[in-house]
Amino acid sequence: MAEATIPLKLTAKDFKSDQEVRWCPGCGDYAILAAVQQFMPELNIPRENIVFVSGIGCSSRFPYYMNTYGMHSIHGRAPAIATGLSVSRPDLSVWVVTGDGDALSIGGNHLIHALRRNVNLKILLFNNRIYGLTKGQYSPTSELGKITKSTPTGSADSPFNPLSLALGAEATFVARTIDSDRKHLQSVLRAAAEHDGSAFIEIYQNCNIFNDGAFELLKDPGTKDDHLIRLEHGQPITFGAQGQFCVVHPAGGFGLSVRETASVAPEDVLVHDATVDDPAYAFALSRLSGSDLGTTPIGVFRSVRRESYDTLVQEQLATAKAGATGTPEEMLSGLLASGDTWTIL
Amino acid sequence: MAEQVSDAAPAKQVQQLERVVIRFAGDSGDGMQLTGDRFTSETAQLGNDISTLPNFPAEIRAPAGTLPGVSSFQVHFADYDILTPGDSPNVLVAMNPAALKANVADLPPGADIIVNTDEFTKRNLIKVGYAVSPLEDGSLARFRVHPVALTSMTVGALADLDVSKKDAERAKNMFALGLVSWMYSRPHESTLRFLERKFAKRPELVAANIAAFKAGWNFGETTETFTVRYEVKPAKMAAGTYRNITGNAALALGLVAAGVRAQLPVFLGAYPITPASDILHELSKHKRLGVTTMQAEDEIAAVAAAVGAAYGGALAVTTTSGPGVALKGESISLAIALELPLVIVDVQRAGPSTGMPTKTEQADLNMALYGRHGEAPLAVIAPKSPSDCFHAAIEAARIALTYRTPVILLSDNYVANGSEPWLLPEVGDLPDLRVEFATEPNGEDGRFLPYLRDPETMARPWAVPGTPGLEHRIGGLEKADRTGDISYDPANHDFMVRTRAARIDGIPVPDVEVDDPDGDASVLVLGWGSTYGPIGAACRRLRQRNLPIAQAHLRHIAPLPANLGEVLRRYDRVVIPEMNLGQLAHVIRAKYLVDALPYNQVRGLPFTATELANMLEDVVKNG
Repeated sequence: MAEATIPLKLTAKDFKSDQEVRWCPGCGDYAILAAVQQFMPELNIPRENIVFVSGIGCSSRFPYYMNTYGMHSIHGRAPAIATGLSVSRPDLSVWVVTGDGDALSIGGNHLIHALRRNVNLKILLFNNRIYGLTKGQYSPTSELGKITKSTPTGSADSPFNPLSLALGAEATFVARTIDSDRKHLQSVLRAAAEHDGSAFIEIYQNCNIFNDGAFELLKDPGTKDDHLIRLEHGQPITFGAQGQFCVVHPAGGFGLSVRETASVAPEDVLVHDATVDDPAYAFALSRLSGSDLGTTPIGVFRSVRRESYDTLVQEQLATAKAGATGTPEEMLSGLLASGDTWTIL
Repeated sequence: MAEQVSDAAPAKQVQQLERVVIRFAGDSGDGMQLTGDRFTSETAQLGNDISTLPNFPAEIRAPAGTLPGVSSFQVHFADYDILTPGDSPNVLVAMNPAALKANVADLPPGADIIVNTDEFTKRNLIKVGYAVSPLEDGSLARFRVHPVALTSMTVGALADLDVSKKDAERAKNMFALGLVSWMYSRPHESTLRFLERKFAKRPELVAANIAAFKAGWNFGETTETFTVRYEVKPAKMAAGTYRNITGNAALALGLVAAGVRAQLPVFLGAYPITPASDILHELSKHKRLGVTTMQAEDEIAAVAAAVGAAYGGALAVTTTSGPGVALKGESISLAIALELPLVIVDVQRAGPSTGMPTKTEQADLNMALYGRHGEAPLAVIAPKSPSDCFHAAIEAARIALTYRTPVILLSDNYVANGSEPWLLPEVGDLPDLRVEFATEPNGEDGRFLPYLRDPETMARPWAVPGTPGLEHRIGGLEKADRTGDISYDPANHDFMVRTRAARIDGIPVPDVEVDDPDGDASVLVLGWGSTYGPIGAACRRLRQRNLPIAQAHLRHIAPLPANLGEVLRRYDRVVIPEMNLGQLAHVIRAKYLVDALPYNQVRGLPFTATELANMLEDVVKNG
């Protein structure tokens, strides 16, 4: 992130564009937009140095509503477009807004490669587990057997777990949050913004038209405490209204398990460490949550330091330029005349 | 060298030639491309005009000794300016029976054949279907065959050196090069320097390859197999400094030069693909001149990253071949809607699908012109020769930057891998490509209107992120004129579609020039891209036969030169040779209502001057 020494004193209003917001009334995207607009002044980055790039889908209309630079591009390609922008303009703060269909179906390849490269992008994946803009087909995060317009007898393909996928690509920053929890959402944005390299944030987002209540288990005051696991770096992983559940690493197993806290020795309760270098730990955390959302961690799963693609590319350019002498025109002349030449008088 | 290689050859007759075509052919592991390349370089040093044609299989190492595994390199050199790599070789170097069998049909009677007899074993002969050795059955009687035990003589020459038998055998291509270099009185210093550089990390291989080269040279000098030595005097060429260059290398340097002249960083997004990868390789070496190359995860990401870089203010480029352009179509459409500068290089190869990846074709013209959804016009240009790729790349960048549009540059395998001498330009003489980014709001009340156009170029402002006050959003949805806001208004869409078409149609391009020396031709031959050389050579032959013919060649295919219609109507007959089934001919017939005669070939090889000359002679005589 750029370090501006003078506070810019921007407000959420400064980040609202003059365009009328056209999501369906009640869409979770409104809450995310408001949370992002309210958070942006914290960055203390001039608006002109911020770019939002999106693909296609409901979520991808997002850049039109941000009073920054923005590009609403084509389906699935936002990570690739943003990569070209970010690597050639390291002075910019580049954000990608995408959805479950955009990022995980048509654009799956670009997503995993952006994460693998660790491009300095902040990627917000709005996951509503449905295709909204095309009016209600199942998505690559829809649960198996999902009945939709295109799957009247139920979908036959298993969903992706977006965080497992990102961690499989060894993303350096991986987090999950929920549209309706503004405070938590902004805390995750903050951590992502501070991260140098790719930051991948899955945001559970309600589509009230085609998949209403998909995340209700995690939102309903009556159920959320028993199903939502709030990860905090350095803290034991417990949940439930009274902290009656916890996460442990059973001896002899690969993964993590949920236990009743009372049945576990205090020192056996897993303490969350987002900085574990081996992605296997965060991957195991991501596996706690299946399609049924029964035990769903939110927060920062992984935040590790690895040189970003942008930095490495810029270093190579800087090294090459440091060894150069002469004006570009002189260097070009030399280059054109390199190799075996001969002169005719 | 001097003490071991004698340049004096008192016992040998020296014969002057105007032009020679040599084809080196062998197994794809025999190093024929390198051999041809070195011979070309020696020949360039001597000041001959040159044109080369590499021809190799897509397989890196097809089964040894088989016909599909044959790789060849043809070089044509002369004491005058030449236009093609030559139709038929005067000399064939055949490193094995497969190389002989694959190439012998191309030889005219009297051609010299140097064969490596060590490889003419029963097993190798059977492998390619020779029941009896062609060296013994009289089937080569119409040629001058020089049987040489290339492998065993190379191994023998290296007996005292500390190299394995395998490495010694692998140096046989240098023996062949030494022999042919002697035959044609080529200077050898640059080859020796080259070997020292190439094997710098393995001194024993430097010694082995140099020894093999010298052994080949001295074999020519001393043996009675070769009684004649040839000379081809330097060509009369324009004064200046030259280098030999392939089309791909020239194209890459053109892009670097465009970046320097535009004072913009060059960004290349590319995915490896034959025959375009060499452009990526070359550009990746020029970071000090501000070139960033990104090897993307796929063709789509390669162009998408370029679009992102263009949005950020770079001279953005993506390089590929036909299959890649097919994948890039949607992103190119986005760049058309965004009206951003973008250079798309398509080094065409034979299709459809994977087709013949190492063979040439011009069959992507339709795709370049029309291969996108919606009304999606862009500029299309094509280089006519290897060295012209440099200037074509600069022209593509000029159009892209000035008119804020994607430009497709249609190279092909023939010009990309072929080479010729290139008169080095003065950097200061290259076009000034500097652009002005938008810095101030351009609308009422301090608003920024991203689709308010420059009245002259019809280009919209290039407002790059980082510019205060010009924050704006653009995208693939239809935009309202001036404001760039999303618009579904019918009249606005109609206006924007027509405007995008007019933007391209309005790009001023130079008039097409007609080469009609006596001004009395009634037949015009019209070409585009890499057919320039063969068409030009065919026209020369007709004129030598006192048959008038006019030649015109298109660099700009979209938009077409303003005078083209008038030029076409000047002639009774217009012939359009293309390495496709008549794609330009369709355009010309549709646009100008001219009954152009297509002449088409899709064999994966360039036209020969002979076949074009015969065809054109027939048209001139019989209409």
